[in-house]
Amino acid sequence: MLSPEPNRASFVSSLRCRECQRDYPKEALHVCEFCFGPLEVAYDYPAIARALSREAIARRAPNLWRYRELLPLDAPPTVGLDAGFTPLVRARRLGEALGHRELYVKNDAVCHPTLSFKDRVVSVALSKARELGFTTVACASTGNLANSTAANAAQAGLGCYVLIPHDLEAGKVLGTTIYGARVIGIRGTYDDVNRLCSEIAGRRPWAFVNVNLRPYYAEGSKSYGFEIQEQLGWRTPAHVVVPMASGSLLTKIGKSIEEFTKLGFVEAKGRTKLHGAQAAGCGPIAEAVLAGRDAIRPVKKPETIAKSLAIGNPADGPYAAQAIRASGGTAAQISDEEIVEAIELLASTEGIFTETAGGVTIGAARRLIASGAIPADEPTVLCVTGQGLKTQEPLAARAPTLPIIAPRIEEFEALIS
Amino acid sequence: MATVRIPTPLRKLTQGAEEVSASGKNVGELIADLEKHYPGIKERICDEAGAVRRFVNIFVKDEDIRFLQNLDTPLKDSDEVSIVPAIAGG
Repeated sequence: MLSPEPNRASFVSSLRCRECQRDYPKEALHVCEFCFGPLEVAYDYPAIARALSREAIARRAPNLWRYRELLPLDAPPTVGLDAGFTPLVRARRLGEALGHRELYVKNDAVCHPTLSFKDRVVSVALSKARELGFTTVACASTGNLANSTAANAAQAGLGCYVLIPHDLEAGKVLGTTIYGARVIGIRGTYDDVNRLCSEIAGRRPWAFVNVNLRPYYAEGSKSYGFEIQEQLGWRTPAHVVVPMASGSLLTKIGKSIEEFTKLGFVEAKGRTKLHGAQAAGCGPIAEAVLAGRDAIRPVKKPETIAKSLAIGNPADGPYAAQAIRASGGTAAQISDEEIVEAIELLASTEGIFTETAGGVTIGAARRLIASGAIPADEPTVLCVTGQGLKTQEPLAARAPTLPIIAPRIEEFEALIS
Repeated sequence: MATVRIPTPLRKLTQGAEEVSASGKNVGELIADLEKHYPGIKERICDEAGAVRRFVNIFVKDEDIRFLQNLDTPLKDSDEVSIVPAIAGG
């Protein structure tokens, strides 16, 4: 729960177009009227610097709201009060397997309440939705966002509509419908779902967390990056490996490092290299990075088991590619076979079962360590952002047949010896 | 005349209309025709060089024109054209 200290006036000054810098009021708006560029939340950093310190953060409850001055609300949060502050695990055995001496896994496979990093962004978006007076929320999702929007809307008593591609994993579908949300499967790709939601958002008075509330929603991802830095003892890692779908998480982790550096909460010892991980069957951002350009060539028909990363036309693609290049990082595209092997490797070395997107991250780390892009002795954080129990289908073929015996000691001994 | 769906950020130019009609043999001509009826709309959709802005998606019959022939994508009278902000999702 939050500490009772009163929330001061807001630290958000406006929404600002990332392209042409025009300012907009703090409403449910996400694109610039003039150039269609994305709107970003602009903060009053000098005021934040006066109001916030490492000590103040450290005294607060272990959830994402310990960084609330750097999150885009104008009133105290009301939804998702217990999300975030997941473990940063020192991954020694995975490090041995990959030939690296200082690896960490930031484990959002155990985020509350729906086991992915989306609980962070949804907590911010639904708190904002209530602040703005909405009574119905909605989203376009590849699954994790659907789970989190539905669960948090249920707890908040908000109406909820969820639009997803029709062919998602069973766990992700059940993990949405169980909360009572109205879930609609769309014949088409995630990009088709997204376009439909953009059109619906222009007609209905709903808070689409990743359409008209997107500027606020996306800021929630910064908490993942703030936690990494705090949990490393108020320092920045040399490398971060981030799975990319829209590219938003990567850009916001980059922003979290810039903000903590600007506020003097971490010492800037060299720039953190941001590395982007995508699947071979849908890697428009990684492809652009590896080809040395910012322009993204959309993928028309994504084909990968990493469905949560299957965005063919990623909204933040150009910015993610730019952030990677500016940081000195790189990207990797991982095949479906490598994804499955990486999921098994993380499970068997660290006891963490991640979903296919996490397999993309671990597979990319393996590749980048082997190539020397990530040197073996530089502190490196791997972003595991979702839970393996939700995406069991690609592993079904590899599940061993269990030996079944009678409850008799002779049969047990015969089997074991 | 093709039917054109107008996104919220452009509706001030269409006096609030969500759908308008416009004509043209291809998407480029359609945008020129929109400009005649709703002055100012072209510079919102296209950059100084005349190309569709990076953060604008245009769909003809649900297909992104980047996968078709961009501004040269041919149009029939019965076609539905959607102009949609690219920034969404993820």
